[in-house]
Amino acid sequence: MSKLNARIPEGPLAQKWTNYKDHQKLVNPANKRKLDVIVVGTGLAGGAAAASLGEMGFNVKNFTIQDSPRRAHSIAAQGGINAAKNYPNDGDSVFRLFYDTIKGGDYRAREANVHRLAEVSNNIIDQCVAQGVPFAREYGGLLDNRSFGGAQVSRTFYAKGQTGQQLLLGAYQALMRQVNAGTVKMYTRTELVDIVIVDGKARGIIARDLVTGELQRHFGHAVVLATGGYGNTFFLSTNAMGSNGSAAIKAYHKGAMFANPCYAQIHPTCIPVHGEFQSKLTLMSESLRNDGRIWVPKKKEDAEAIRAGKMKPTQIAEEDRDYYLERRYPAFGNLVPRDVASRAAKERCDAGYGVGATGLAVYLDFKSAIERLGQKTIEARYGNLFQMYYKIVDENPYETPMMIYPAIHYTMGGIWVDYELQTTIPGLFAAGEANFSDHGANRLGASALMQGLADGYFVLPYTIQNYLADDIRTPRMTGNEPEFVEAEKAVKARFEKLMNIKGKRSVDSLHKELGLVMWDFVGMGRTKEGLEHAIQRIAEIKKEFWSNVRIPGNITGMNIELEKASRLADFIEIGNLMARDALKREESCGGHFREEYQTEEGEALRQDDKFAYVGCWEYKGENAEPELHKEELVYEAVKMVQRNYK
Amino acid sequence: MSNLLTTSIGRKLLMSVSGLFLILFLFVHLFLNSFLLLDGVFGFERGQMFNAGVHFMGTNPLIKIIEPVLAIGFIVHIIYSLILTVQNMKARGPQAYASGKKTTGIEFASQNMLVLGIVIASFLAVHIINFYMKMKGFIAWEAGEVEFPFLGNMAKGEDAYSLVNATFKVLPIVILYVVGSVALAFHLSHGFWSGFQTIGWNNKTWMPRLKCIGNIVAILIGGGFAVIAIAQYLFF
Amino acid sequence: MEKTINLTLKVWRQNGPREKGRFETYKVSNISIDSSFLEMMDILNEQLISENKEPVAFDHDCREGICGMCSLYINGRPHGPDDDVTTCQLHMRKFQDGQTVTIEPWRSAAFPVIKDLIVNRSAFDQIIAAGGYVSVSTGGVPDANAIPIPKVDADESMDAASCIGCGACVAACKNGSAMLFVSAKVSHLALLPQGRVEGARRAKAMVAKMDELGFGNCTNTGACEVECPKNISLSNIARLNREFLSAKLKD
Repeated sequence: MSKLNARIPEGPLAQKWTNYKDHQKLVNPANKRKLDVIVVGTGLAGGAAAASLGEMGFNVKNFTIQDSPRRAHSIAAQGGINAAKNYPNDGDSVFRLFYDTIKGGDYRAREANVHRLAEVSNNIIDQCVAQGVPFAREYGGLLDNRSFGGAQVSRTFYAKGQTGQQLLLGAYQALMRQVNAGTVKMYTRTELVDIVIVDGKARGIIARDLVTGELQRHFGHAVVLATGGYGNTFFLSTNAMGSNGSAAIKAYHKGAMFANPCYAQIHPTCIPVHGEFQSKLTLMSESLRNDGRIWVPKKKEDAEAIRAGKMKPTQIAEEDRDYYLERRYPAFGNLVPRDVASRAAKERCDAGYGVGATGLAVYLDFKSAIERLGQKTIEARYGNLFQMYYKIVDENPYETPMMIYPAIHYTMGGIWVDYELQTTIPGLFAAGEANFSDHGANRLGASALMQGLADGYFVLPYTIQNYLADDIRTPRMTGNEPEFVEAEKAVKARFEKLMNIKGKRSVDSLHKELGLVMWDFVGMGRTKEGLEHAIQRIAEIKKEFWSNVRIPGNITGMNIELEKASRLADFIEIGNLMARDALKREESCGGHFREEYQTEEGEALRQDDKFAYVGCWEYKGENAEPELHKEELVYEAVKMVQRNYK
Repeated sequence: MSNLLTTSIGRKLLMSVSGLFLILFLFVHLFLNSFLLLDGVFGFERGQMFNAGVHFMGTNPLIKIIEPVLAIGFIVHIIYSLILTVQNMKARGPQAYASGKKTTGIEFASQNMLVLGIVIASFLAVHIINFYMKMKGFIAWEAGEVEFPFLGNMAKGEDAYSLVNATFKVLPIVILYVVGSVALAFHLSHGFWSGFQTIGWNNKTWMPRLKCIGNIVAILIGGGFAVIAIAQYLFF
Repeated sequence: MEKTINLTLKVWRQNGPREKGRFETYKVSNISIDSSFLEMMDILNEQLISENKEPVAFDHDCREGICGMCSLYINGRPHGPDDDVTTCQLHMRKFQDGQTVTIEPWRSAAFPVIKDLIVNRSAFDQIIAAGGYVSVSTGGVPDANAIPIPKVDADESMDAASCIGCGACVAACKNGSAMLFVSAKVSHLALLPQGRVEGARRAKAMVAKMDELGFGNCTNTGACEVECPKNISLSNIARLNREFLSAKLKD
């Protein structure tokens, strides 16, 4: 158990972070210049961390697989970012944000981390405004707020439907300022392919130049992984095509623990799947649930008529519509947390009330909002989302209700980190979605941006110093040390192995196969049998992949299929871990729903006496089963109760 | 300030300022040309107003100063248009789009300013030979002498009107002038608002206004010159 | 029920930055009109892989029109024959059965081709690095509501800030000019009191970098505005000119 020391500071919950900062070790300015920090990823967490560390004077190397740091998938977040500012005077506070996040996460997050997150949330808004993020404002010139799922206060700051974009551009600009100042060196189109461990500490990475195919060795006194989530294990998700879990798997293979892999968030409002050629699912912001009402027909025959294309939703009378969220959860209505909303949609569709050609869709209707507020107001709030929907589906959502269905969106699980965001490998840190930390079993809307920026701006730049302070005498390595040479050799061998399979199946066809297995058995409703089946199927896919994948082209130069293949090999590992973790967790909580464990009303049923822990998986070798470690979750400030949004 | 002209916007500023200055000149020119048609309206005899105008322009010291400035305006506008075009071609790169350019909804003129400019410059050369060179005595012509009783002191000068009238009695020349005027109108329809845009005197509200004013200016100037040439051919 | 079309594709293929490129012709069939353009490209690539040929390399990532990664010059227009979309949002219902579709990379001296349809747009990053930010470091900033900002300014700033840095403006411009991109960033920050402080410095630095990188001179043609997937207004360029010239005049 000694491997999992969360290193939570002493003191009362509200004082822990202050106490930590008061007593942590710092690095003086002259020494900062001597220390190299590798940051992998340029999203909200990575970009913010690289910029902040650069500003402090550290020597930062920042890596991204895209052509520019501004492409990181944080950019796609639409709805907003939470903070406990209480500007609308509706009773918000740091404690309430903390409490809502813990509750929303179904009591599976670490109290101290979440409280710190709530504490720094306000600094984030201040910081972003100072950077020139154009948040929405009232006519009086002050910041506007909107409400989001899982909260009874309006605490979400937003910039049209492009909040993630604006926050990321803020971080990106701060980052480019440091690039200009020379404190950050940017490596674009460069992918981490391994982590180098020297004397038990993370001391660098092996990276692959995606344009030339060359392998590079990079030294860092510390390495930060801010590489996002692994939702693309499902092939179809709201993640970007390039989003991947490879860095997490590399860390896992080198000894970092992978925590709660089974916690994957299914977002309730995505544009439904409409064909097998589909490459990704498009999210429609949760903020739409502020004004949109979700419904399916009350009568099965109406639903059938709609599916057959004989009837239009606008023809269904008000009394024949089942606003099932408002019916089941009168207190929160359409603003229940994501996991609850997703399962409710699945329940209706499984029961035969689904709409759309496939029957796997429900309506999100703005009719009453347009009647109440006028089309102009709705356009001002959601114009770009409506336009996006129109371009994809070719239907005007101002006139006919949107069709939505849940899709994989975010992974709460990730690399295990302690309070300092350090993994079980000293010197290896993980920030943002890549770590497992703050959302428990379910993330509330507008909290991902908050966590990414909290980690990047206000947590990691502090906590990493506590580690680096002991490293000021460690000289820079050249990259010619045996550990680097060995790591590069292993990576090279792996790529050569992939190229030499010369099989028949394309990477995407295998990935789609994996995705279907994941969606069917490790998706919204999981069972013991299903998960066991999934583990077996994933093993088969793994075998098929390593014996029959086809990668045209060469190992040198740009080879997109090779990049994809390398990532798919890692997704297969993650899929396996997710299924194992889901099998082991015999309860339902947040994004993890085991059909065997539900209340009579179909709500998630936790087993706090047995599973109030973080499930951490340790890699034991290629052919061995991974080992489960547990970090027990202790709740001092809040009492664990069954979530109730009724 | 010193290195303003080494920047793209600085060079564009020269184009803009010289262009807007040339528009001012065109208005003065058009005003004078309008005299060609207005004798009857104000009760003068054939050509009197125009000849007086030409005489005034030819003898006024202020115009003597403005004239080289005007020439510089033309030269700057032309030279910088060439410099900018060469730079732009370089920036565009050697490889053209095989599928061409199918962007819709942009002004014809804005994409063809250089071509229009070349048409105008060619026309300008002919125009200078037709009139300016003669009136300034570089090319010999039979200038009758007329008097300007209303300018006081019985001033005398050349009968420029006859020259103009005679020139515009030749149909090909009239056609050439109409073509030149139309090219000028198109050039101005973009050049006017673009000039203001480059100086920075434009925003969302003023964009449609400036474009509207630009079109009026273009029609006024281009149309004005063309109508005068045609009227001279037909009615005078 | 689902409508499908067949297409002939003329695709630019180029092995590397310094190699000579050429057009290759491919046929794809039974493409659902509900699929996106990039999904059609995926289908083409699957087809190529099955023939053991190298798939076409093209940039793409979020596939929801916000990351700015996708490019492609399709049948004479950046981001193809639809308005206000990126290539990933372009759908096949915009094409006719039997049509020939020409697919080219962005063409501009400042955006050299890396491979096939992928170009190097790092020049945009360099322009931002030159001054496209507010010089504040993390921490020590005033409360977010300390300075009220008129809603109209905040909204206009947001409109300018919605630029995704895809480069369609440069690709569409007959002069290979990056003025719309630069002006969007300058406007975004100049309209906010936080960015106003170093407005002059920013305009000068960004324009200087833009010029240095070999982008062309703006002739206010407006093709950039038409092809911009995010509708960035040409009036931003007027603001940039204003900012730049008044900054220079003060020097």
